[in-house]
Amino acid sequence: MKREVPLFITGAIGLFMILSFFVPHHWVSVPADFLQACAVIVVAFGYVLGGANVLRVNLEGISRRERGWGYKIVLVVSLLGTVAIGIADGLRHNGSFPVEGTPSKWIYDNLYATMSGTMFALLAFFIASAAFRAFRIRTFDAGLLAVAALIVMLGRVPVGDVATSWLPEWLRLGTLQQWIMDVPQNASKRAILIGAALGVMATGLRVILGIERSYLGGED
Amino acid sequence: MTRRAPRRAARVVCATVLVLAWFAGGAPSARAQERFVIVPDSTAAATPAPPPPAPASFAPPTGLLVHDVPNDGGRALELTWSPSVDDVPGHGRVTGYYIERAPSPGGPWSAVDSTLARSSQYVDGSVLRDVDYYYRVSAFGDGEVAPARSITGPVRATSQWFNATRASVLAFMLLFFTFVLYFTASAQAGRKPFVRRIAGVDAIEEAIGRATEMGRPVLFVPGISDIDELQTVAGLVILENVAKVTARYETPIRVPVTYPIPFTIAEEMVRSGYLNAGRADQYDPDSVRFISPEQFAYVAAVTGMMLRDKPAAHIFMGSFFAESLLLAETGFSTGAIQVAGTANVHQLPFFVVACDYTLIGEELFAASAYLSGEPRLVGGLKGADLIKVVIIIVVVVGSALETFGLHGLTQWLATQ
Repeated sequence: MKREVPLFITGAIGLFMILSFFVPHHWVSVPADFLQACAVIVVAFGYVLGGANVLRVNLEGISRRERGWGYKIVLVVSLLGTVAIGIADGLRHNGSFPVEGTPSKWIYDNLYATMSGTMFALLAFFIASAAFRAFRIRTFDAGLLAVAALIVMLGRVPVGDVATSWLPEWLRLGTLQQWIMDVPQNASKRAILIGAALGVMATGLRVILGIERSYLGGED
Repeated sequence: MTRRAPRRAARVVCATVLVLAWFAGGAPSARAQERFVIVPDSTAAATPAPPPPAPASFAPPTGLLVHDVPNDGGRALELTWSPSVDDVPGHGRVTGYYIERAPSPGGPWSAVDSTLARSSQYVDGSVLRDVDYYYRVSAFGDGEVAPARSITGPVRATSQWFNATRASVLAFMLLFFTFVLYFTASAQAGRKPFVRRIAGVDAIEEAIGRATEMGRPVLFVPGISDIDELQTVAGLVILENVAKVTARYETPIRVPVTYPIPFTIAEEMVRSGYLNAGRADQYDPDSVRFISPEQFAYVAAVTGMMLRDKPAAHIFMGSFFAESLLLAETGFSTGAIQVAGTANVHQLPFFVVACDYTLIGEELFAASAYLSGEPRLVGGLKGADLIKVVIIIVVVVGSALETFGLHGLTQWLATQ
């Protein structure tokens, strides 16, 4: 029963949600919307488990004086402080969040947004180092990749088109890069997407029909 | 002027609008829910549109038609009208149209929305199902309002039992499911299909072996999406197989997770991996950690783990976005073996560049079947291959039909 009941619930709800994709009638769409709202509520409860895990792992690390335990204190204090300030702000403003001028908004604008922006900005440096490796011409295939990349990068900026304006239209960098993007790039991208979509459907079907049941945990 | 003159004028207006509507929008449908009764708006003067009434120097729109949006659950009505004759590009004084509705021709009228000049269509998605509505549309501009001369209704939004625009999806889905179920049953009966080697999946065990030799942990990242993304499900299924191998090799595994539901499932997967390997006692409850659903907070935590704990193998399996390169490049700098798999096309180049092995698209979904070797799961892969043949045939036939100007197949395949 421990396995059969979850498998039945998964199968029944999965098939019902597939049905709701094809049947827009309110006898189907209203319960489907309700089930999706239920999922949001279940996820909300999940955050309690997640928060408990963060506290447990870090408090244990602090008590054992693990390497970098000072950072764990910063994390726990920041977590509890942000939650407490958020709840207090929410109570003061009837649940509206975030409200201009509140401490929560200040934390969001001056701590969270700036730190996220900093992490994202690192991507520019990583792209440079990754591109350096990607465009090293060691094989014929790598050479093709480098040439295609050069054409696309130059063709996408005005200087590339201007520099080749004396050539016939079909040989200009702008035209060539558009062809590369529209034909070989698009064709391979769509092939991957079709394959991935079929993989998604096959995985979904296996889960719904109980063929794939490892997500339930326990022994095989 | 006689008493009958206004009534006669109203009839003339009504007939004109009806004729105009007929030509502008086609004949009203015979469907029960699409009733068009256009009547002169006797309340227009009494309850005018929102701004202060002023005699308009331009004409109102005409030919208002309202019909139920097809293939939906009775949640919207579509309005079409002919713009005011004074709504001319560059010279018109009309700046927009007010859309109002009422439960009866006599009102009370409530404003639904307004649209810009030269618009002739609006979808009212705020209606209640199976409730009669009357609509009118008036033009406004320069502080003037040209009240609607007619009201259209009653019309109601109704639920349909089948979304006809998705018939092609249903046909393909049923065909696909038939193939998958047939080959699954066939594999179960003993005819296990051949599956080509997937180098990236084979490399996972090699990477774990290397981590074991070096005495370092294995880092498994199941993407940054929630459980509603099937790539996360595929990643978590692979996690169980990876945990089984790490348990066998007695190598610690670290699994940082973004969302709470995948976190609880990941815990269960790692635990069952250890259980199935017969090493339940070695399961470390701290091996799966909830980090944060915030993308860059997660990146900071995982890259920190990579740099502090120096895992010898990084396995990225799931849905990734901008963080893919941040994670893979940081991992590359630590010298770890990296195996990645995602179906997010835009992130594949980053993984190809920074990782030793990459599972591309469907290989991610095939990996769990490949790893488990279970005939029922492997059989499903054959079904996916067969539907790909069908898709290729449809693409070729569709291209040929389009070349010859036949659009029937393309139109059938278009969905909403």
